[in-house]
Amino acid sequence: MLASELAKTLGLETVNAGETDNEVTGCYIGDMLSVVMSRAEEGDIWLTVQANVNIDAVAVLTGISAIVIVEGMKADEDTVAKAKAQDITIYQSDDTAYALACKISELI
Amino acid sequence: MPNVKLHYDIDGNDFTVAGQASSNLKKVLKQLGVSTEVIRKAAISMYEGEINTVIHGKGGAADVEISTDKLIITFTDHGPGIKDISQAMQEGFSTATDEARELGFGAGMGLPNMKKYSDALNISSVLGEGTTVEIIIHLT
Repeated sequence: MLASELAKTLGLETVNAGETDNEVTGCYIGDMLSVVMSRAEEGDIWLTVQANVNIDAVAVLTGISAIVIVEGMKADEDTVAKAKAQDITIYQSDDTAYALACKISELI
Repeated sequence: MPNVKLHYDIDGNDFTVAGQASSNLKKVLKQLGVSTEVIRKAAISMYEGEINTVIHGKGGAADVEISTDKLIITFTDHGPGIKDISQAMQEGFSTATDEARELGFGAGMGLPNMKKYSDALNISSVLGEGTTVEIIIHLT
């Protein structure tokens, strides 16, 4: 399923829609960047409470399909600016990572 | 593959630019046609080294040398040095500041990840003078 379709189905708020609409092939939840770096797989949609600009670098390096900032956290201005520059798709949601992951597992 | 040398200056304590050198290296390796698995290993190792240079080294530099059979990344900083390298290599051990932890760093996975995703890791450190970390990744 494409990231945009998944976002629409889950009612996610779009922070930045990257030019490339990536296929979501898995899901990873994590907030410690080093752990995400080593464990997230290419194509995963990444659910995190982190909203600072460093999530953009992790997204580029891991090749994840999109970021979802969960639990009502809001992306920093720097995060949005860098996402626009680097073609990274970011969504936001008030839901918990667990609640979203349960739904995602049924959709992909 | 032609020999390629890259140099990156890494600002200390500026978390907002951390990851730029790693992203650039990933792009270069893709252009050179390096395999996806090697790119993943290089990206993770480079990122961890870059972050460590920002958080612990108070800034420094990364030099990358790409030859036909291997990739060598050398991080050099003039920070406080590592007191106990074997302790620093343990997963979960971290001396990161609260500020760094709030941003999602300080998991104590930096050096362990570098070791896990490289083929050789050499660290030399002198207290009060700085640290040099050499990462070697085979391309084939």
